[in-house]
Amino acid sequence: MATPASGPVLETRGLTKRFGGTLAVNGVSFQVQRGEILGFLGPNGAGKTTTLRMATGTLRPSAGEVRVAGLDVSAAPLETRRRIGYLPENAPLYDDMQVLDFLRLAAALREVPARGRRAAISAMVSRCGLAEVLGKDIRQLSKGYRQRVGLAQAMIHDPDLLILDEPTSGLDPNQIAEIRTLIRELGREKTVILSTHILPEVQATCDRIVIIADGRLVADDTPAALAARGSGPVVRLVVRAQAGPPPGLDELRARLSAVPGVAAVLPADGEGEGSLGMRVQAAQGADPRPGLFAAVVAAGLVLLDLHRESATLEDTFRRLTLGADESEGGRHA
Amino acid sequence: MRKVAVLARRELRAYFDSPVAYIVLVVFLLLSGWLVFSTLFLLGEADLRQLFTPGLLSPALLLVILAPAITMRLVAEERKSGSLELLCSLPVSDWQVVLGKFLGALGLATVALALTLAYPLTVTWLGPLDWGGVLAGYLGLLLFSAALLAIGLACSALTSNQIVAFIAAFGISAVLYFVYWLQFFLPEWLAPAADYLALSGHLDNLARGVIDLRDVTYYLTLTAGALLLSERALARQHA
Ligand SMILES: Nc1ncnc2c1ncn2[C@@H]1O[C@H](COP(=O)(O)OP(=O)(O)OP(=O)(O)O)[C@@H](O)[C@H]1O
Ligand SMILES: [Mg+2]
Repeated sequence: MATPASGPVLETRGLTKRFGGTLAVNGVSFQVQRGEILGFLGPNGAGKTTTLRMATGTLRPSAGEVRVAGLDVSAAPLETRRRIGYLPENAPLYDDMQVLDFLRLAAALREVPARGRRAAISAMVSRCGLAEVLGKDIRQLSKGYRQRVGLAQAMIHDPDLLILDEPTSGLDPNQIAEIRTLIRELGREKTVILSTHILPEVQATCDRIVIIADGRLVADDTPAALAARGSGPVVRLVVRAQAGPPPGLDELRARLSAVPGVAAVLPADGEGEGSLGMRVQAAQGADPRPGLFAAVVAAGLVLLDLHRESATLEDTFRRLTLGADESEGGRHA
Repeated sequence: MRKVAVLARRELRAYFDSPVAYIVLVVFLLLSGWLVFSTLFLLGEADLRQLFTPGLLSPALLLVILAPAITMRLVAEERKSGSLELLCSLPVSDWQVVLGKFLGALGLATVALALTLAYPLTVTWLGPLDWGGVLAGYLGLLLFSAALLAIGLACSALTSNQIVAFIAAFGISAVLYFVYWLQFFLPEWLAPAADYLALSGHLDNLARGVIDLRDVTYYLTLTAGALLLSERALARQHA
């Protein structure tokens, strides 16, 4: 579909959504340029789905605006929806329909011209690998096939912008790899927004990453820049108590945070029973290792390991979002 | 308009892919057949008016039960499964969604009514028949069904629970149906309002073969009002 304006494909300004007392999305502004794959990251409940719903026009913002190809979504809802292909979280499709019938329905409702419908459907079938399941009820499909049908309905009208809400959640590693390849192929010619909390996924697929936490935009940068972002070297340390149960996490974090030259302290995996791991981000140019050693000794703990590592995207993600979500336990690198 | 037809066809198809359509058709055909032919056997004369006249045992009362069963899933099920979000992200307006779903349900009701045409056809074969009266009766039942289905759709659009949608729609429809016979117990100043609002009174007129514009207008107004409410309920989804 041709786009008259040459500006960003999607632009949000001060996007805000309030559900009763809770502020789900709070003044989020970002842009997506033509041809980009944008990773939309954030912990559970950060407001990713709510933001994407507002972008697709299925939810009205409490404040702020969304523009798709320069058009205001609230002023021209049908026109902007024509330009978007949306796959909602968990791919809610019509379970009682057969795959082929569902694709026909999607093609008709997404205004694929009657003459081109057959070709559009067969293009989607080969692209998303749906040939074996065409006659099956959607209810019977595995999660991977379900997501593929969801992708097919989202792309069938060749939209300017694809918005995919956690397209790989709940899939096994093989299926994740397949969907990721599919998305990367798509990204060569399309603009894609992809929400996820799987970090390797965005690192592997996305040109740019937007991170939101607690409804607020906390970062908007390339994966490489984000990994390096603002953090000096990372020090990994593992401690255990002289005897008995492992030391208190919060107490240790507080002690380590007080060391000069420490920017952030994040919980990480320990080394077996009774031990506790930490990743400590140093301030730019600082080396907090002597101070950390002293702090551990002062706490009466045994230091099992203390060494420098290079910063990862995950460090940045966790540092930026941990204030909002303490629930994530160990490190899964 | 083409999208309304696409949506209506999908709903109608969904009915026939599940037992709903067959249960509705069989139950409706059997009961209405029994009503017509029991008089034929007992009295030796067929009274087709039985088919259209509202009462305590009539096809119309059956529709009061069947219509909410037809409509309860229309929006509630989609809201629960989440597919409503996908539907709302397509380039279709809320009005197109409402009309598509309404016409899909009306399609099923129309099939049920059309199948009962077998009865008047049987009767003409046995003897003379007042086709004008029959057509007025069918018009009445169709308008009556449309109003019931629109009420059911509005109830379905207001909840994500199909059972709640059914009970609400059945409750409202039953009150509007039975109030016709209860008007004599109501205070004098309220009785005319009840008489006018009753779903059954207007059908009674049409069943007698009289097509009065007031009765037609009543059903169309009720239907339009309920559809408007459905559209508002759907728009609230975006809020
Ligand atoms: N319809 C709603 N009514 C009330 N609160 C809501 C509604 N939708 C979302 N919320 C709240 O808004 C916040 C953001 O939710 P959202 O679903 O956007 O998060 P998310 O980033 O998509 O999370 P996840 O990773 O778990 O999918 C949450 O606190 C959620 O409880
Ligand atoms: Mg979400």
